[in-house]
Amino acid sequence: MEGVRPRVRVDSATEAGAVVEVKTLISHPMESGLRRDGDGNLIPRQIINRFTAEYNGEMVIDVTLEPAISTNPYFEFDATVPEPGTFTFTWYDDDGDVYTSTNDQSF
Amino acid sequence: MNLTRRQALITALSAAAVAGILPRSASAQSLEDAMAAFTGGAEASEGGIIITAPEIAENGNTVPVEVEAEGAARITIFAAGNPNPGVVTFAFGPLAAVSRASTRIRLAETQDVVVVAEMADGSYQMAAQEVKVTIGGCGG
Amino acid sequence: MPGNARRATMAVLLAGTVMVAPALGDESAELVIDGQVFVTRTEAPEHMEYVPEIISGWVFRSDETQAVQMDDFDNPGMLYVDEGLDLWTQVDGEAGESCASCHGDAESMAGVRTQMPHVNEDGELWAMEDYVNNCRTERMEAEAWGWESGPMLAMTTMISYQSRGLPMNVQIDGEAQEYWEQGRDLYYTRFGQLNLSCANCHEDNYGNMLRADHLSQGQLNGFPVYRLKWAGVGSIHRRLRGCITDTRAETFGRGSDELTALELYVSSRGNGLSVEAPSVRN
Ligand code: HEC
Ligand code: HEC
Repeated sequence: MEGVRPRVRVDSATEAGAVVEVKTLISHPMESGLRRDGDGNLIPRQIINRFTAEYNGEMVIDVTLEPAISTNPYFEFDATVPEPGTFTFTWYDDDGDVYTSTNDQSF
Repeated sequence: MNLTRRQALITALSAAAVAGILPRSASAQSLEDAMAAFTGGAEASEGGIIITAPEIAENGNTVPVEVEAEGAARITIFAAGNPNPGVVTFAFGPLAAVSRASTRIRLAETQDVVVVAEMADGSYQMAAQEVKVTIGGCGG
Repeated sequence: MPGNARRATMAVLLAGTVMVAPALGDESAELVIDGQVFVTRTEAPEHMEYVPEIISGWVFRSDETQAVQMDDFDNPGMLYVDEGLDLWTQVDGEAGESCASCHGDAESMAGVRTQMPHVNEDGELWAMEDYVNNCRTERMEAEAWGWESGPMLAMTTMISYQSRGLPMNVQIDGEAQEYWEQGRDLYYTRFGQLNLSCANCHEDNYGNMLRADHLSQGQLNGFPVYRLKWAGVGSIHRRLRGCITDTRAETFGRGSDELTALELYVSSRGNGLSVEAPSVRN
């Protein structure tokens, strides 16, 4: 889908083993498949169905989304940062598109 | 939500889960199915989960909900009064510092938000909180 | 409708259908974003006869809704600001220009929102959308954007954001006066089957509950707003149309002279409140 924008805010870890708060938001209509257009036809479902956060290839959180997640999906969670490296955030769209964003941690 | 109502709900749900008795209403049935799919039919006991959600939401389109269950491997949220009860499932990996997550969800009407957690030892815990959904006054 | 009947209508609207306890927030809370303090209550401008203090709509929202606006990351309206910044530097149209090629940095738009709508060189009252489209069609030779289109909302949100924290300060005298008076007349006109004016709700009853909604003064300093109900940002005219339609009246089109005049008058009732764009409302 065109024009989808991920936003990510991660605290900066100050030492190995630090816990950081992660917030993510992505612009997406999360079309539930239950709404009708002006002519009464069902608007086909199109949602982000999965979101993952990994750090240096290890999983932080793996989220399965249903249509009951609000427009512009928002997540907040806590990650452990064992060593300097990179967070990779990945959103999976029903249409097959994948959106990613990264965040580097150095201390 | 007062304790007796919550307990009543939880007792009803877990009794149904144990005995395989399906509650009568259609939506309760699919909640029951959805729960069974998550727990593999195992019983969920009450407690161990903190739900943070508004008692009254100004709009059902965007209701902030936070769930936390110490040591949980997975936490799932159900909205019993939605057309489909499933909302979201969080699976915590090795680098999750705490088994906690916040998100924003859609609630079609006033209803119970039901949360089930799979604990590290494979047991299940559950909790519920009622969220009243108000209908805004003005403005298209 | 005679006064008694109207009061009865309001009484029914206000009291009859409150089934649940209202979602009231903390009315004494301070709006602070990234250390910046916003003016959400201040003395009413001189021209307002019946209201001593003007109050931002933020004050009337629930704790949860207030909180979303207090953190720019949590505020989904900021997605529109980001998109507007991208559009600002994008070349579009036959003239090969972007907004930035004439206006420079987006920060050059600081203060613009506080004076919208205002009278243009030809003596017409224009809303921000009119100025943007005029630059697009006359100066960039690009197509006009729809009033409620994605790019227009992103652009007006981004331009308004450049004035965030500055006090609203629309001109109401001089060449603006006739438009302002037209807007004031509309504000006190009763519309629709319910026979209610803006003032019946937002002047006589702010602070009270309308069904399950906590009535504010109907201020515009937060616009464009991200509404939870819309799951998106909407324009001032969208909200004004909605409020008129709610009285079961025929309403005016977006961009119509009537709505722009009403926008000027309602904005002037907020002169002194901080621009909050993009604000968050229910
Ligand atoms: C070819 C030069 C040019 C381009 C390109 C241009 N503008 Fe303008 N714009 C002007 C001039 C000249 C004015 C009137 C003088 C002023 O207020 O700066 C103006 C006025 C405005 C105003 C009203 C400012 C006020 O103080 O009331 C807005 C808002 C505006 N432009 C937005 C835009 C946007 C958004 C774009 C891109 C989509 C754009 N302009 C592209 C030249 C341009
Ligand atoms: C029947 C009562 C009623 C009438 C009449 C009414 N409104 Fe509203 N209006 C509301 C309610 C309810 C809301 C949502 C809660 C709030 O902010 O007050 C609202 C919201 C608004 C808002 C959004 C405020 C913000 O902070 O974002 C504006 C602006 C507004 N109204 C303007 C008007 C104008 C102008 C008129 C007259 C054309 C009008 N309203 C007529 C009930 C009414």
